[in-house]
Amino acid sequence: MNTLQSKEMYEKLFLIREAEQAIARVYPEGEIRCPTHLSIGQEAVPAAMGLATTSQDLAVSTHRCHAHYLGKGGSLRGMFAELYGKVTGCTRGRGGSMHLMDESVGFMGSTAIVANSIPVGVGLALSMQLKKQKNVSLIFFGDGATEEGAFYEAANFAALRKLPALFLCENNLYSVYSSLKPRQPEGRKIVEVAKAIGLHTEIANGNDAEECFRVISEAKQRAINGEGAQFIEFFTYRWLEHCGPFIDQHLKYRADDEFAKWKAMDPVASFREKMLKNGTLTESQMMGIEKNVLDSIADAITFSKESPYPEASEAFGPIYKERNHSAGASK
Amino acid sequence: MKEMTFVQAVNEALHLSMERDQNVICYGLGVTDPKEIFGTTDGLLKKYGSERVFDMPTSENGMTGVAIGAALNGIRSVMVHQRLDFFLLAMDQVVNNAAKWFYMFGGQRSVPITIRLIIGHGWGQGPTHCQNLQSWFAHVPGLKVVMPTTPADAKGMLLASIADENPVIFLEHRWLHQQKGMVPEGYYETPIEKAKVVTSGTDVTIVSLSYMTVEAIHAIEFLKHQGISCELIDLRSVQPIDWETIFTSVKKTGRLVALDTAQETLSVASEIVARVSQDLFSFLKSGPVRIGQPDVPSPTSFGLSKGYYRRSEAIALAIGRMMKGHDLEISALTESRKFPHDVPGDWFKGPF
Repeated sequence: MNTLQSKEMYEKLFLIREAEQAIARVYPEGEIRCPTHLSIGQEAVPAAMGLATTSQDLAVSTHRCHAHYLGKGGSLRGMFAELYGKVTGCTRGRGGSMHLMDESVGFMGSTAIVANSIPVGVGLALSMQLKKQKNVSLIFFGDGATEEGAFYEAANFAALRKLPALFLCENNLYSVYSSLKPRQPEGRKIVEVAKAIGLHTEIANGNDAEECFRVISEAKQRAINGEGAQFIEFFTYRWLEHCGPFIDQHLKYRADDEFAKWKAMDPVASFREKMLKNGTLTESQMMGIEKNVLDSIADAITFSKESPYPEASEAFGPIYKERNHSAGASK
Repeated sequence: MKEMTFVQAVNEALHLSMERDQNVICYGLGVTDPKEIFGTTDGLLKKYGSERVFDMPTSENGMTGVAIGAALNGIRSVMVHQRLDFFLLAMDQVVNNAAKWFYMFGGQRSVPITIRLIIGHGWGQGPTHCQNLQSWFAHVPGLKVVMPTTPADAKGMLLASIADENPVIFLEHRWLHQQKGMVPEGYYETPIEKAKVVTSGTDVTIVSLSYMTVEAIHAIEFLKHQGISCELIDLRSVQPIDWETIFTSVKKTGRLVALDTAQETLSVASEIVARVSQDLFSFLKSGPVRIGQPDVPSPTSFGLSKGYYRRSEAIALAIGRMMKGHDLEISALTESRKFPHDVPGDWFKGPF
């Protein structure tokens, strides 16, 4: 990574962290009135993905999508306004936190049923192959999604057709409050399942932004070279509750030492420290980036609060898209 | 105009769509196998190649998601399933993604896909090979659901479905596949949202769909000899429903019989009866009637299925009671049928 990339990486990491922190801060005010799944602790993979890809590479994501959307470069104002349910939101208040979209940067949408955007991402990859586009489809999902049939079906087809798809599995060890123990056989690795299906596989430290960047960049290159669909299992950890703005260690479903261990591997702080230590970025450069990010978040919140709700009548449609032109005669 | 079967009409529509638009692809289990989905995909592979026409993994749900994703980048998929029942595995993709995408993302992107589902009937198809679940799909806002009856409508509505900007469920009744009819040549679209008045009449409005329209035609012919004049409306689309055509007819006749190929309770016919009762109560001269299949799974055995399917006799009896207050002698109707109750005609020799 060169200096410019390091700068951009830190900007993305810090943006995702602080945007999520800001949401957690304002959520109790009761103005964000939708279920909200935060990605604090999981910033490295989305930031690295954003850096390793272009707006022509198309991404789909899940209920926990803020980080992926922001990593891809999605509009910050559009996201906050969407959380606030305002007409200026990225889906005009129709989708909310779990259904973000910004096609201008290649963020094609996020859906909220576990694993159900995986086949959609594979369909994007099929379309790229059919249209001979030299791009990749980026498919985000978690460990829980690998337990769904949709994952197997989509992965099988991607392997069969050698589609330019990157399966980006963020294994944060939990599906809501359930650890892997009641869900997957002990000792079996997700990446091995993916390999058996026929995907090219890698594992990576999902809290190390540089490593994530390298692994995603290489996988993208292989996919574009026609070497087939790629699967990367990233090990990472969410700090807050599954859904909502709070730490939920009092529920005791995650051991305190496990939580402390992962928190010590903070993807944002560790990247900052490393860049300072190896002299890639100076303290004042860091502070400059941080100030800009914090200003943009403050602006997005003000913008959202000041924006109006959509007209209540907008709830009633349209539900169908009209044709642009009337082709063909009626009989 | 050219005479052809429903199957040939579907095939012609597929050829025309693929020829017209490079971005149309066609896939499904069996699309390129020797039987070519009852002949409907005949010649597509040869003409358009394996990139655009292909067999698929046995993954109904995943491959529906693939169609949705491809649609987001400009590919129009026509998927086909030889029985609707298998497509139930794909309800997540069709309900949570295809139907929602346009609305949920603020109207920025729609999902133009066409899903052909064939509905089985008779010949021991049994509980899991002949479910008519059109009301499931029609219940979900964002989907369009069409059920053409004639070859001309099959062609025109399939062309309209593929060109539509939204997800369309295209339901083909297996018993209509060998029905012949005159079909206009070349490319044309039959609007999805318009019902068709098949025969005009003055006494009773029959609102029908898909194969039940064939049964209705037999009943109407019989009733004509009893001095009863029926107006037959073929819905063609069950989502959206053309209420204007239905209301105009019921205002004229004051009587309604709604037919359905599905189990009666909570069927499309139920919706027709409900809306007409609600909106046109003062026009009604008698209580509306719906005729669908019994509210039990379809049995398999030749013996068990004998009384199961409601056909023209049931329609004639219901209308006779409505008009004359008593049961008509309908044995002539049964006797006019030249083949067993579990096949649509001499052409059908099984196996599915």
